[in-house]
Amino acid sequence: MKKVVGARLKRKEDPKLITGNGYFSDDIQLPGMLHAAILRSPHAHAMIKSINVEEALKAPGVVAIYTGKDLEGKIGPVPSSWLVPGCNLKEAPQYPLAIDRVRYVGDGVALVIAEGRYAVRDAMYLIDVEYETLSPAVGQKQSMQIDAPLVHDDIENNIAFHWKAGEIPEEVCENAEVAIRQSFYIQRVAPSPIETRAAIGQYNPGSGELTLWCTSQNPHIHRMVLSGVLGISEAKLRVIAPDMGGGFGGKIGVYPDEALVGYAARDLGRPVKWIEERNEHFTASNYGRDEVLDVELFGKRDGTLGAIRVKNTHNVGAYLSTMGPGVSTIDFGLMVTGCYKIPYASCETFGVYTNTTPTDAYRGAGKPEATYQIERAIDLFAKEIGMDPIELRRKNFVQKEEFPFTNAQGLLYDSGDYEKPLAKALEMLDYNKFRETQKELRKQGKLIGIGFSTYVELCGFGPSKVAGAIGFQGGVWENATVRVHPSGKVTVYSGTSPHGQGHATTFGQVVAEKLGLPMDDIELVFGDTKAISMGWGTYGSRSVAVGGTAVSIATDRVIEKAKKIAAHELEAPVEDLVFEKGIFSVKGAQGFERTFQEIAKSANMAWNLPEGLEPSLEAQSFFDPENFVYPFGAHIAVVEVDKETGQIEVKRYVAVDDVGRVINPLTAEGQVHGGIAQGIGQALWEGAVYNEEGQLLTGTFMDYALPKARFFPEIETAFTETLSPVNPLGAKGIGETGTTASTPAIMNAVMDALEPYGIKDIEMPLTPEKVWRAISESEGK
Amino acid sequence: MAIENVNVKVKINGKERCAKVEPRTLLTHYIRDDLGLTGTHIGCDTSQCGACSVMVDGEVVKSCTVLAVQADGSEITTVEGLGDVNNLHPIQQGFWEKHGLQCGYCTPGVMMAMVGLLKQNPDPSDEEIREGLEGVICRCTGYQFIVEAVKHAAQIMRESEVQLVGEER
Repeated sequence: MKKVVGARLKRKEDPKLITGNGYFSDDIQLPGMLHAAILRSPHAHAMIKSINVEEALKAPGVVAIYTGKDLEGKIGPVPSSWLVPGCNLKEAPQYPLAIDRVRYVGDGVALVIAEGRYAVRDAMYLIDVEYETLSPAVGQKQSMQIDAPLVHDDIENNIAFHWKAGEIPEEVCENAEVAIRQSFYIQRVAPSPIETRAAIGQYNPGSGELTLWCTSQNPHIHRMVLSGVLGISEAKLRVIAPDMGGGFGGKIGVYPDEALVGYAARDLGRPVKWIEERNEHFTASNYGRDEVLDVELFGKRDGTLGAIRVKNTHNVGAYLSTMGPGVSTIDFGLMVTGCYKIPYASCETFGVYTNTTPTDAYRGAGKPEATYQIERAIDLFAKEIGMDPIELRRKNFVQKEEFPFTNAQGLLYDSGDYEKPLAKALEMLDYNKFRETQKELRKQGKLIGIGFSTYVELCGFGPSKVAGAIGFQGGVWENATVRVHPSGKVTVYSGTSPHGQGHATTFGQVVAEKLGLPMDDIELVFGDTKAISMGWGTYGSRSVAVGGTAVSIATDRVIEKAKKIAAHELEAPVEDLVFEKGIFSVKGAQGFERTFQEIAKSANMAWNLPEGLEPSLEAQSFFDPENFVYPFGAHIAVVEVDKETGQIEVKRYVAVDDVGRVINPLTAEGQVHGGIAQGIGQALWEGAVYNEEGQLLTGTFMDYALPKARFFPEIETAFTETLSPVNPLGAKGIGETGTTASTPAIMNAVMDALEPYGIKDIEMPLTPEKVWRAISESEGK
Repeated sequence: MAIENVNVKVKINGKERCAKVEPRTLLTHYIRDDLGLTGTHIGCDTSQCGACSVMVDGEVVKSCTVLAVQADGSEITTVEGLGDVNNLHPIQQGFWEKHGLQCGYCTPGVMMAMVGLLKQNPDPSDEEIREGLEGVICRCTGYQFIVEAVKHAAQIMRESEVQLVGEER
């Protein structure tokens, strides 16, 4: 039989999605369902003087209107779930609706409930709010200044947290032969799932159960947090993540809006649906990144790196989001040395409140920023000492035989062979030939550049005891139940919550291979807190490494029990039982066999079970890994810059990733492509922009540039497989490799192309205007 | 004074349907909420993302930017009319075979747009497909496997001479 794990299978998820039979939030219709709309602040910072809802209440179909004052004492603030210790973290309470002061454009002011999608908006626009505007705090560096307006009166200098990790002996920096100092701004970007956020609440006044369908990457975290916010038992709150149109981190957060919908459904005793509009999404859904990085890289002229010192000034927005505080501290600060053996590192992070929408995890969360600064700095270092950037990287790589390797910040890299993907990528690109071509083209006046990014990232959240130590308000183990029905068909329940990644297929492959069943015999269930006992969701490239492992272990337990039953029926000692391709047989005794389906029936009927064995065939696993996993790889970009227009064209893109065991190359490649597109988006086109009044200037897809198909060349991908010792699958994580690696690869390529002009850095995104200006200015010098 | 609702009648996926709606009702809401065909999705409200693309009288239309009354009397094809699981349209086969979708939210609209492209150009190059995708946004795939999916569909259609949507079957 062909191996199922590792096979390029098409997805189980697809038939319903390609025929219009998906079940997304807005597809949910319930009897008597009402619609909700949230009136949001048009000001970045203002006092609410009065709210007049009189006219709005008279509008046709209006059922209820709630303001922040109405909800005071009835519904709690929505807390952050990552309270990083040791950094003087100051969490300002975020009430689901602003009570007397709005703190960002998009802050909720009133909740309107009405009969019908259009009626609710008509009514919302009739609400009259009188504001007294205040000066806003915009931009993290400005907002830390003594005279900056305060977002929260009791939080001095707007500093939400001040975190430090790592020490560098002063002489290492002072005596360094080479010191590269550069600031980078990792601009604010919108995760932008094509489906916006949504919530639908339904309350049963008889049973007291509240069901909340919502766009959540982690329904059990939603249940845990919202049960506190709403004051309802976790046992009475059912959170369901239906089919979801992407997440990318933007749907990790537990938002005020979901609490509001749950509250209204319970208060009114009727189902309530809220669907976020796109413009609303740009103001009310968490952003990613927005970090200013001041980097110093020290080393010797021969290319030996000695230390890296980084200061990260992170714009957290007006409130701390669910995972926000962990992104620029733990996720970023412990990874600043990248894949290099740099003996010393230190990171100091300031989280700064501003009058803008909160920022949270976005695909990669901290690791793309960490990779960006080290990969850009390495290139600057290479230029400074006149060394080929490849050679400098190789010289400082953690070597294959040094794993497991403890980096300067104390993280233990599980396994690696950094040379392997780099060598493969260089071969795919034909590097030496490229450099010759580049010389030729430069002579012709063409600006061609090549950029590298050799990365490692922290994935597979994670060991729960570490989660506790770093202030994460949850465990990060994972749970799976494998349930075998009397027919031998199987349902698998997982605490991960996929939204495009294809876990039904990849997890199905793990089970199919072990049980020797066709893929069609295995169904996967995700995203329902009533069906799945517990779990922590999908983010941080954890699903296969942690959730997939739980599935694998639970399947092994099913086999173990089934063997006992088969041994009993075949009257053989269990040690002599062999299970292969779905058949139990006795070693050395031909013809003594039971199929998996026969044993499934025996187990469920329980007519003749071994003494002391419980009926049914089902097993659960709660897997808590001992360490994180660290995928790595090498990406190479080739770009051409048009010096007349500043336009950048990506000519080639080669990605060789090592994510440990690849369960399905087809979906793995898909993950890589998507991640790269988003990472290149950050480098070249995307960026959320606020003006000095704190007004968002990029509130639609007309002004926020999401990448289009014609922006990309064909991406050339390959994998190397260095297994992880952390889990029995040997899997690492793949979801975030693309966004982690591609942004610096592109930037390095553009800077290489602009080398003749001596340009060291341009702030992202590299719009034609910025590039053209940089070229023009350098020519004028 | 309340504006009276109007009757909008269409032939959708081969079936005559009608519903009484407010005159301002968007075609996409008419299709989704009034006719109950929820395969067509809404992504941006400003006609950039194309998730709501449907075919109206043989032309690809973004249904969030058209009023239902404008479509009165027309023939509409949505993703539900392309093919069912046992009889997939080549474009659906292409998307499944080549992993042209991840979350699947933009997919119905993207497939409709690509049916429109293949109608005009049965043998498009990669570049022409990428140009043809200008009106849609996919955040998951990076588009590469969408390009593969469309090429695969084009090949099936050329080989089997499958009739395109909007023509007589």
